[in-house]
Amino acid sequence: MAVQIPFATVSKVNKTVAVEDIFFTGLLEQCQINENEPEWLQNTRQQAKSWLSHLSVPSRKDEDWRFVDLSDLTAGKFVEPASKEASYETSLQETKNNRLVFVNGTYNAELSNVTALPKGIYAGNLTNLPQKHQAKTYFAQQHGMQDAFTSLNTAGGNDVAVIWASKNAVIETPIHLLFITDGEKKAAFTQPRILVVAESNSNFSLLEEYTGLGEYFTNAVTEIYVKDNARINHTRLQEESTVSYHIGKARDSHYTISEINLGAKLFRHNPEILQQGEQTVSNLNGLTVAMGKQTSDTHSIIALTKQSGITNQLHKCIVGDRAHTVFNGKVFVTKEAQMTDATQLNRNLMISPKARVDTKPELQITADNVKCAHGATVSQLEADEIFYLRSRGLSENDAIQLLIDAFATEIIDRVDIESLRNRVKKTIEQKIKEANG
Amino acid sequence: MSETILSIRNLTANVDGTPILKGVNLEIKAGEVHAIMGRNGSGKSTLSKIIAGHPDYEVTGGEIIYQGESILDQEPNERANSGIFLAFQYPLAIPGVSNLDFMRVAYNAKQKYLGLEEIDTFDFEDLIEEKLEVVKMNPSFLARSLNEGFSGGEKKRNEILQMALLDPTLTILDEIDSGLDIDALRIVSDGVNQLKTPDKGYLVITHYQRLLDYIEPDVVHVMKDGEIITSGGKELALELESRGYDFLDDKSTAGVGV
Repeated sequence: MAVQIPFATVSKVNKTVAVEDIFFTGLLEQCQINENEPEWLQNTRQQAKSWLSHLSVPSRKDEDWRFVDLSDLTAGKFVEPASKEASYETSLQETKNNRLVFVNGTYNAELSNVTALPKGIYAGNLTNLPQKHQAKTYFAQQHGMQDAFTSLNTAGGNDVAVIWASKNAVIETPIHLLFITDGEKKAAFTQPRILVVAESNSNFSLLEEYTGLGEYFTNAVTEIYVKDNARINHTRLQEESTVSYHIGKARDSHYTISEINLGAKLFRHNPEILQQGEQTVSNLNGLTVAMGKQTSDTHSIIALTKQSGITNQLHKCIVGDRAHTVFNGKVFVTKEAQMTDATQLNRNLMISPKARVDTKPELQITADNVKCAHGATVSQLEADEIFYLRSRGLSENDAIQLLIDAFATEIIDRVDIESLRNRVKKTIEQKIKEANG
Repeated sequence: MSETILSIRNLTANVDGTPILKGVNLEIKAGEVHAIMGRNGSGKSTLSKIIAGHPDYEVTGGEIIYQGESILDQEPNERANSGIFLAFQYPLAIPGVSNLDFMRVAYNAKQKYLGLEEIDTFDFEDLIEEKLEVVKMNPSFLARSLNEGFSGGEKKRNEILQMALLDPTLTILDEIDSGLDIDALRIVSDGVNQLKTPDKGYLVITHYQRLLDYIEPDVVHVMKDGEIITSGGKELALELESRGYDFLDDKSTAGVGV
């Protein structure tokens, strides 16, 4: 699928180096080859390996990485998960019969349960995908496949989670993809990979959840194809390291993502959305809560290339202790994308004087009849708001907690799974309580 | 002799190092309504915030005795839980906090403080429904974010709803009438009057005499430059209304004080 990319120049780290990068080579050596994979996939992995041999780990000299220090990662000091109590059990009532579990990147049929899946949708791994679905024409075909971390995933992965909704398929209950990294015995490196194809007029909700035990480095990549008039409501809950999203959207398609980023000592997230059809709608809702010494970096790209596209992006960060969040959101509106309506807002709440926020919203517009707005705010808790709540009997801590919840609620309420909303609220409350000592 | 609810003795306070209260004396007994009038900047709103414990003000001297105990060392929430309620001149809007949840949390904070059982969501809804009558509020306001998008009158009614719910011993109304049209003023004042009981104290701060037609004071004080310069019955408010605050300038130079 050849895609004309309007933003190739700004996209990536493509530094040519003479020697293969030791970090990447070392990681690739740890990867196990899955010999059951079809030949075309093995070829694609080889191709990615050759891309990777020309790439090095991004450094702060690269514009897209200048706010993040990867040296801990490259030194093999893998990240520690936020929750040490992560368990193989997951309590979401809504998805108990709609759940696919991957442990250390590999599909685990025993822990999975897809008995509630209706006809018209496939959820499983690529090896078992029915022949009629041509994964080859989709896998690793989106824009951005030659990025360093995406190439690493393509080259070294050994399984692919596939969600494939046939034409007109409508699925009422959310499909839950749970990726567990077990790094308890030794520092683990895993590479979850997801391919989602929503054929025309299909409609479903997808929940991606990442969790783990011990120290680990997870490098996840998701590719999503939203075809004509299809609609996906996507939620992701992150406690991981690097995540790349590559989403291509056709005419009249509707894609909403709500992502909650809570874990990981170092987190880098690159969602890229390419609106390739007319009247395409994308909503990006993000909430990052960073405490302790966490670094959380979101670099998003939204490219609108056809008429009457709509995008709404609201990314919120709550930053405490010595944590650091980065937001860099690029919106490209090409010459053909007339009558685009794009909004982008990054709001940051700093709850500690030592926290750090870098924010950089960017708009590049070449069309002349569009409505675009973008902005960023950085604020602290207002003393008068705290006093108002205290004058009604709330303790200082309870008042602060309530104000932080209020800031977070706008995003959490957009998650369409109730038990997940409740769980996220509790986790955030706990996290802030711990940070406040 | 009835019980003293609030006794303020020679209170002085600074904000950012500037003296703003310069020796305030005030005593409110159970069943009494006291009004404080004065120009903008006379210190009357400051006094109300200091009684409630606003951290921006530094008390430099004097005493605030509430029900026989000094409260100067108490946190704002302790004061609130022990029955001091300040209705704000400008109630803050907090998007994302539902009005209903906020009131339940506030109610339960007080229950907890008093060693009483906290109330669950369902029982609370019944309780608050009764209170809505007091200020003729539509229940749909409960589902909205706290004061967000409320008109001036709706915000003030919401304050009185909180007063009805928290059942304070000392109520301070800080310019509850500012910006209200006559209908809203009537509803708010009716609410306060319905809640009035002989075992409680009331401090009404206002710029305009009009409010005192609705909430009738026992004592009227006039503040100027951080002091109460004169006190009297409700006829003092009428005199202020007809002669304006200027006549006080003559009074203070003539040394007619408290």
